[in-house]
Amino acid sequence: MRESSHPLAGLRQRIARIAASSGFESRPAAGWLASGHAPFDDALGGGLATGRVHEFFAADALDATSAAAFAALLALRSPGRAPLIWLRTADAARRAGHIYAPGIAELGGDPDRLLLVEAADPKALLACASDAVRCTGSAAVIVESWGRFPLLDLTAGRRLALGASDAGTTLLMLRLNAAPAPSVAETRWSVTAAASHALDADAPGAPAFNLELLRWRGGAAGARWRLDWNHDEQSFGQGVGDAALSGALLPLPARRALAAHRAEAA
Amino acid sequence: MRLASVDAAARAAGLRPGMPLADARAQLGELVVVSHDPVSDHDWLDRLAQGCARYTPLVALDAPDGLILDIAGAAHLFGGEAGLVADVESRFARLGITLRHAFGPTADAARALARYQARPAPDEASAIRRLPVAALELDAEATTAFVRAGLKTIGDLASRPMANLAARFGADAAMALRRILGDAPSPLDPRVAPPPVAAERRFAEPLGSSAHAVRILAELVGEAARILAERGKGGRHFRATFFRSDGLARSIAIETGLPTRDTGLVMRLFAERMDGLADPLDPGFGFDMIRLTVPRLETFGASQLGLEGGAVKDAAIDELADRLATRLGRRRVRRLRPADTHIPEQAQLELPAIDTPPPLPWQAGEPGEPPTRPFHLFDPPQPIEVIAEVPDGPPQRFRWHRVLHAIRRYEGPERIAPEWWRRRDNGGLTRDYYRVEDAQGRRFWLFRHGLYDEKPDPCWYIHGLFA
Repeated sequence: MRESSHPLAGLRQRIARIAASSGFESRPAAGWLASGHAPFDDALGGGLATGRVHEFFAADALDATSAAAFAALLALRSPGRAPLIWLRTADAARRAGHIYAPGIAELGGDPDRLLLVEAADPKALLACASDAVRCTGSAAVIVESWGRFPLLDLTAGRRLALGASDAGTTLLMLRLNAAPAPSVAETRWSVTAAASHALDADAPGAPAFNLELLRWRGGAAGARWRLDWNHDEQSFGQGVGDAALSGALLPLPARRALAAHRAEAA
Repeated sequence: MRLASVDAAARAAGLRPGMPLADARAQLGELVVVSHDPVSDHDWLDRLAQGCARYTPLVALDAPDGLILDIAGAAHLFGGEAGLVADVESRFARLGITLRHAFGPTADAARALARYQARPAPDEASAIRRLPVAALELDAEATTAFVRAGLKTIGDLASRPMANLAARFGADAAMALRRILGDAPSPLDPRVAPPPVAAERRFAEPLGSSAHAVRILAELVGEAARILAERGKGGRHFRATFFRSDGLARSIAIETGLPTRDTGLVMRLFAERMDGLADPLDPGFGFDMIRLTVPRLETFGASQLGLEGGAVKDAAIDELADRLATRLGRRRVRRLRPADTHIPEQAQLELPAIDTPPPLPWQAGEPGEPPTRPFHLFDPPQPIEVIAEVPDGPPQRFRWHRVLHAIRRYEGPERIAPEWWRRRDNGGLTRDYYRVEDAQGRRFWLFRHGLYDEKPDPCWYIHGLFA
């Protein structure tokens, strides 16, 4: 009995040591990717932690652009000229469309910071992603995938997370047309398009996003936000006139428009 | 169809190039015909020329079936001219190639001797003088005229005053004669310019293992890096050529976005490229020479690290871009640059990151206005079914990928006219773009391709998606 308890204690000590040295979750974040929207950033303790993995799900293929744009704007609003490395597969342009620099420039992002990498297949994508997260000096790495991604299992995810944590790279996983699944990500988001605040003559307004926090390692999940992009201030803000509506599924102006439409129809 | 070329057996049976195929088949029932592929022939000649770079760096193609080697100062490395020829012949024999060769004081003389020499001669000068006048390669009429006048050899022509020849047959004939005789220079147009920096290693015993070859390559990169450092240059393009003992050569090239002379970096890129080769480096019967050339140099001074570590970070990104470009192909790692046009799909250029021109300003958005250009662009645009007022009303609802979208808000049209000054057919159709938002808040960029007075029933397309 005594003989066996000694190695057991030794093993316990070893496990404790390993957990203390390599527990990347336990390390404090070096910085944050802030959205510029105070309630959102405060709720997350400053924004999305850098050096971590964050996942953005667009369950519906039609919300792919919203998810991609939210991740890109979040990374591009960080100051400096650090490049944003964007990895996608060769068929991504056919499915989601080409990343269109004039549109990004009009949103206030700097397209010259983009470094686009096109991998032939998901396997190559994952290999390139693991190289990209180990490279220091990028504003963020966006890895865009479409549909199910069986290669990205817990092992692969943890490897990416460790690489990101070691190099201090923020990895934003764009999971387009995919249902949320367990992973080692720090935060997991569901992004959908939100109806914009109409301009004069009922023209579509500034980009608006509905965000739902599906999982957060540092706290409770389930919160919802509606963020509007303000390209003059280079920040996400709350849409005009619906400060009380955070978490609402349908903002007021859209309801109004709907009502007006119904009235017309009637 | 006519015969382009015949082999020795067919020639013995009386077939000649230029003969109709039907005649040839009638004459020789068992004729084996292979279709003529000049492009592949040229590629093959080019590969042979690449293999001949082992003898001299100055190799010129003499299409369709000749190679000219400038062996001045190089023949003694192979035991003189006879040794060089023996080496060439044994290697080419292994590839199943029969060859004729000749040495000459100038490229044109050597060429004429190799192609037209019919009678033996005691020395070079008299061999040239005994060449038939056809060696001048003038048109058939001029050649016939020479022969009718009794001028059968180059020597006959050379003994006449040059001025008479020029007056009767033109300056070209006189020039061709002077080139063959060596009175006028016949410059060589080498296949590749000699590279500015090169290092090579020859092996007495062929090298059978690729891994060993890679270690030798690392030593060569180290040598090249020392030469580069002495000159204050860095390489942008490195090419390793592995010469096999059976005469073929395999080239592997890498590129970097910034000049470098870092042996570790270059070797990592070479390893990346070799891992990604579809057909791996095959030593065959062994490599007997490995050469590293640096065809593209740029000034690269001593580097100083930034105090804040800025330069180091940029270097890391550039190295990542180089590595990914080497692994995936140079066109797969891109940066975006604006192009000066109104046509949306042509307004951005996706250029290889390794070779991107300096950034140009992008058109910024109007303050307080939402973007007028989408975040994602479909190229080509995708057709949709639209219900809209005729002739130029906004779309009411549209069907895309079998989903019906009811439009709540719209802005437009933004009319984009074709570039009539670029295209001959007056540029095609005008497009009317609408920025629309559906009931779920998704924003689309739709356009009608053509006005109603341009086209009876214009189609609608979705061109992009807004954030």
